[in-house]
Amino acid sequence: MNTATERSGFSLLAFVKPLCLCGNEALAHHRDTEKHGVLTEKLLKRFITFTLRTAVISLLFFTSGSAQKKSSCIECHSKLEDGRLSAPAKFFDNDIHHARGLSCNDCHGGDPNADTKEAAKDPRKGYLGKPKTLDIPAYCGKCHSDGNLMKRFNPSLRVDQEREYYTSVHGKLLKAGETRAATCISCHGVHGIRAVSDPLSSVYPLNLAHTCATCHASADYMRGFGIPTDQFDEYQTSVHAKTLYEKQDLSAPTCNACHGNHGPAPPGIASAGNACGQCHARQAELFQASPHRAPFDQKQFGECIKCHGNHAIAKPGDEMIGTSEKSLCIACHTEGDKGFAAAGRIRSRIDELMTSIVKSNEILNRAERAGMEVSRPKFEMKEAVDGLTHARVVIHSSSPDEVDKVIAPGLDASTKGYQAGVAALRELSFRRKGLAVSLVFILFLAGLVYLKIRQIERRQAAS
Amino acid sequence: MSIEALTAWLDERLSISTLAKIAQKKEVPLHRHSIWYYFGGMTLFLFAVQVVTGILLLLYYRPSAENAFESVQFIMTEVKFGWLIRSIHSWSANLMIATLFIHMFSVFFLRAYYPPREITWVSGVVLLFIVICFGFSGYLLPWNKLAFFATKVGTEIAGVVPIVGRPILRFLRGGDDVTGATLTRFFGFHVAVLPATATVLIGIHVLLVQLHGMSVPPSLEGKPVKKMKFVPNFLMRDLIGWILAIGALAALAAIFPWELGEKADAFAPAPAGIKPEWYFLFMFQTLKYIPAKIWRFDGEVIGVLAFGLVALMLFVVPFVDKSSANRRRRLVFNVLGMLALLYILVMTIIGYVT
Repeated sequence: MNTATERSGFSLLAFVKPLCLCGNEALAHHRDTEKHGVLTEKLLKRFITFTLRTAVISLLFFTSGSAQKKSSCIECHSKLEDGRLSAPAKFFDNDIHHARGLSCNDCHGGDPNADTKEAAKDPRKGYLGKPKTLDIPAYCGKCHSDGNLMKRFNPSLRVDQEREYYTSVHGKLLKAGETRAATCISCHGVHGIRAVSDPLSSVYPLNLAHTCATCHASADYMRGFGIPTDQFDEYQTSVHAKTLYEKQDLSAPTCNACHGNHGPAPPGIASAGNACGQCHARQAELFQASPHRAPFDQKQFGECIKCHGNHAIAKPGDEMIGTSEKSLCIACHTEGDKGFAAAGRIRSRIDELMTSIVKSNEILNRAERAGMEVSRPKFEMKEAVDGLTHARVVIHSSSPDEVDKVIAPGLDASTKGYQAGVAALRELSFRRKGLAVSLVFILFLAGLVYLKIRQIERRQAAS
Repeated sequence: MSIEALTAWLDERLSISTLAKIAQKKEVPLHRHSIWYYFGGMTLFLFAVQVVTGILLLLYYRPSAENAFESVQFIMTEVKFGWLIRSIHSWSANLMIATLFIHMFSVFFLRAYYPPREITWVSGVVLLFIVICFGFSGYLLPWNKLAFFATKVGTEIAGVVPIVGRPILRFLRGGDDVTGATLTRFFGFHVAVLPATATVLIGIHVLLVQLHGMSVPPSLEGKPVKKMKFVPNFLMRDLIGWILAIGALAALAAIFPWELGEKADAFAPAPAGIKPEWYFLFMFQTLKYIPAKIWRFDGEVIGVLAFGLVALMLFVVPFVDKSSANRRRRLVFNVLGMLALLYILVMTIIGYVT
């Protein structure tokens, strides 16, 4: 039992152990006492030592426990009837700062052990109270800009948020005294701040656009700032929003992916391509080297934005390129110019590969439905589909020759797939014809055996 | 050397004429249940088809997790008539199990296990289990997704048997999980252990049938029964059945070639609605209906043990029901047989449609 107790680590029982040993030893000593007569003195000494030790430890245990739990801020605020004042105490339970062991006084100062409001909010004890809006970035930055301090909580967390904030439109407006400008608490909340990875956090990818929209979609709130308020509505129609909300793909971009986290500002016409290029790196690289770059910069088209838009970026389709009515190319190019011809050529090559893939898949599926084994050519068709995907990326080079380079292997793969499908159907036809011939032969053979049986049995009957 | 001289030479060494005389004497009773006599021969023929097509498949098949699927794919697409051989092998296996079931039930209902044919029945029951093992082991060999998960589920069911279940599971899988080791092991069972055992047992089974002759149903005992010579009359009728079976196999292989599916992937999720082969479906469906707990015991364990008990009961049938004199016992056995047949049919149909 003692061994189990030691393993369990329950310390109080460790103090009982000397007493138990003392009792066991007492029996042994009892025999000694008959000789030496010193048992009572020794037992008494041990008992007093144990009692004193237990008393000291218990005192330390209970006093330290009460010190950790005591928070007059929470105690008082949670009882207040004014919701505005009780909310901090109510929400703080779910706050990441609370989870990391911080308390009200770590931000607001004061003495949480004090029993009266006056003592708790004594400025001599560092009480700061509620910060003014203009002071909030510095208030949070007190810890969040301190690398040495933040390392203790989260070594990978950046500590330049405050500095970056002042590069943002929000930060600049705040510095200019505009108190409607967003501060840390506008996005992260206050007294219920959750980790970004927490699905209930206001800045969790699925919630972020709604958080930004709280201000940016409100025409009343944004009055005077001179920017539209339809970004959120437009974003919700975009391929990015569909990927994020419908597929729940958290890697899909939301507001911060293009505008930044703590330094949000419109990327600007000149650098819009860089924002898109964070994810669409290959397309951006090809565009930068394309003949479109110079005229786009010159006319301030905003690179990607000109064709794809900004907040309402639709799923791109092949109809966007070429010379048809739906094509975007004809917005600038007219029949007879070099770009018009290039657009037409690129589109026709993409259509050619697309048609070839559809045709090959159709014949392979037909063969598969007929029971033919075509898993290998179907697998190899992935090369053709990859070629098409690659071609749709390479169109950003605006070079028909570059597009041709990736279309050609895709067409080869697709043609092989088609040939495999034709061969499978030919084989199927051969099998069916072969079966028909075999069945005729088999039935003929069975008929012969039957006739032979009748002949034998006639002979047997006759004999 | 003329043909007569060659025959005489062989006869002197192999006693062919003596065997021919015995065969000439063999007769088959003719009555309204005679049709059931053909199913034993049909099962034997399909077994021969299995042996021949199996040997042909062995020329190309490679038994490893890395190569098995690709080698079967090669057989199906590149090898001349490989698709035909593999499809016939698979279809013939299924038809053989079907004819075996028909043969067993016909022997049961016609009481062909009455003395002195107890050992013939027992050897037949052992052969039934061997054929089921053939099916189970062969199903994994193409190493496709369905086979992989079916083997996983099947071996897990074997693993729930108390005490010996876990060692059986590890023995079957060659470890804790279904891996390439399982495939190699199943290949060994499928092409060596099971064929050797089956060949010996088929030899005993057929020899005993020759020794005792064809049984006559108890309802015809004491009545005059017409007879037909085994050679050539019955054998030639058998031959017609075998020729038609070849036609059926060719048609099935050409119209419904056996699918290959996707290569097994241990990390992929199990396909939805996974089902075993049709001959295991009634047991699988039963296990699905059994509650998780029956009193204090695990429902699945109870189910597996119950099937084990039924399998054991099959062996003792000829030792409990020995003659038609006891009408009440005969009725009980008929009812039990009908219930078992009905149960298998209903559960298999439910398993298929659900």
